[in-house]
Amino acid sequence: MTNAIEIEDLRKSFGPVEIIRGVNLELRRGERHALIGPNGAGKSTLFHLISGRLPATSGKIRLNGHEIQGKSPAEIAHAGLSRSFQITNIFPEMTVLENLRCAVLWKLGHRYSVLRPIRRLRDVNAECERLLVELGLQDRRAERADTLTYPEQRALELGLAVASGAGTLLLDEPMAGMSHTETAAALDLIKRVTEGKTLLMVEHDMGVIFEVADRISVLVYGEIIATGTPEEIRANPAVQEAYLGTATEEAA
Amino acid sequence: MGIDVLSFSILNGILYGMLLFLLASGLTLIFSMMGVLNFAHASFFMVGAYFGYALSGRIGFFPALIVAPVLVGGIGALVERYGLRRVHKFGHIGELLFTFGVAFVIEEAIQMVWGRSPQNFEVPAALDFTAFTLFGTGYPAFRVFMLVVSLLIFGGLALLLTRTRVGLVVKASLTHPEMVSMLGHNVPLVFMAVFGVGSALAGIAGVIAGPLLVTQPSMAAAIGPILFVIVVVGGLGSLSGAFIASLLVGFIQTFAVAINTSVADVFGLFGIDTAPTFLGPLFTDIWSVNVAQIGPVVPYLLLVLILLFKPSGLIGKRA
Repeated sequence: MTNAIEIEDLRKSFGPVEIIRGVNLELRRGERHALIGPNGAGKSTLFHLISGRLPATSGKIRLNGHEIQGKSPAEIAHAGLSRSFQITNIFPEMTVLENLRCAVLWKLGHRYSVLRPIRRLRDVNAECERLLVELGLQDRRAERADTLTYPEQRALELGLAVASGAGTLLLDEPMAGMSHTETAAALDLIKRVTEGKTLLMVEHDMGVIFEVADRISVLVYGEIIATGTPEEIRANPAVQEAYLGTATEEAA
Repeated sequence: MGIDVLSFSILNGILYGMLLFLLASGLTLIFSMMGVLNFAHASFFMVGAYFGYALSGRIGFFPALIVAPVLVGGIGALVERYGLRRVHKFGHIGELLFTFGVAFVIEEAIQMVWGRSPQNFEVPAALDFTAFTLFGTGYPAFRVFMLVVSLLIFGGLALLLTRTRVGLVVKASLTHPEMVSMLGHNVPLVFMAVFGVGSALAGIAGVIAGPLLVTQPSMAAAIGPILFVIVVVGGLGSLSGAFIASLLVGFIQTFAVAINTSVADVFGLFGIDTAPTFLGPLFTDIWSVNVAQIGPVVPYLLLVLILLFKPSGLIGKRA
């Protein structure tokens, strides 16, 4: 079986500065993979490269065995990849239900038609209903998205990524800005709604990472210096020096 | 002001406001999506009027009302696809300058084809009668027709945006186009379509306004500044704001013409009947200025006041 994502010698330069310096990474199908690294290591840039928001300077990215480097974000989404953003990217002036409708349209084969009102599309309604329940937002369906609480907004954003039907999800700091209890609830939600999907997430909360991740990759200055199980990463001296060491200092 | 003048001013105010909204709605949608104030928008309005005039002579006014906006929309879509999209990588300033350039090119092109003098774009014979008489004054059928067309398009646009799949995707793209593309939607295509439809709406406004306003090469420059007043006063990127501001400006401009009060009349209320001559001839001039003369300035005054006291506009969130 092919891997969900295979990245080969991926490079990205902004002017003379190389931000991603030859990344190699494999995501096994169905695994939850965490990407960690100090600020400025290139984690978000790597996400932008995989999702097609930025073109790579060189290298290969394969999704389910198909080359996606150089394709548009929409084409990559059709190939089965979805992502969330570091800054919440929901549609603020639309209701929760409208947000989800927008996300399920493509998966259900609805294109840009002006015929038949959207509220009469049974398949869209059924799928949105299922998602609302799964996300715990069924009582908030008619609210404008920008009136939701912060954890609810993050849940909705996760919902949008899942609703697109992609088998592989990139989550950029899904727990950022949450309290301890909110984090626990969000973690439960992520585990539940991404069941069976391949997950690559950037996260700073080590507790979350060691609880959720099957494997971890450490990105430092645009290079992956280690990939392994949480135990292997914890025991890796290079990682301790480059990342966990500074993290402990910050925490102290 | 008598009840007759009041009624007609209200009718004309709504009519002019709705016409402005046909233009402002497209401009607002384009701005929300691309972050670019399209300086060529009023030019598409003018192209609509000229195409409407040229086609009316060959295929008749009503077919022209369909065909001309389609052509204008096509031109708009091409401008987005092969112009704006390429300029995008140079940032907003580049895009802004590009739309400036397009406006000049359109104006020059129109002068090359039709010359500088006004065209004789006549009200179609089928609508050249008095629709109804109120207080002894007739109201032209063509104006009623303009009002009906504007209201129909307004209603259609509202339904399109709130009820349909394409409306949902467009609304989502207004705030977070990147997220929309991650959901599998073809955002560049949506952008091109919105630019095309926005231009087509301006084209429709041009065809129906052509016979009433004068179809000449300066008509874009005449209406352009008013459009910017509307989108800024309403709040950049807000459709409801643009709607309110369109009607507001429509009313201001029609009522100002109808009110025949001068500065002297206002002072007359306080018993001061003659201009104080010791203040010089300048003041005597101001003394005789009436509201109709101030009328054209009022929208810009409104713009200045809004920028001073509520820079985000009546409804908008962006400063």
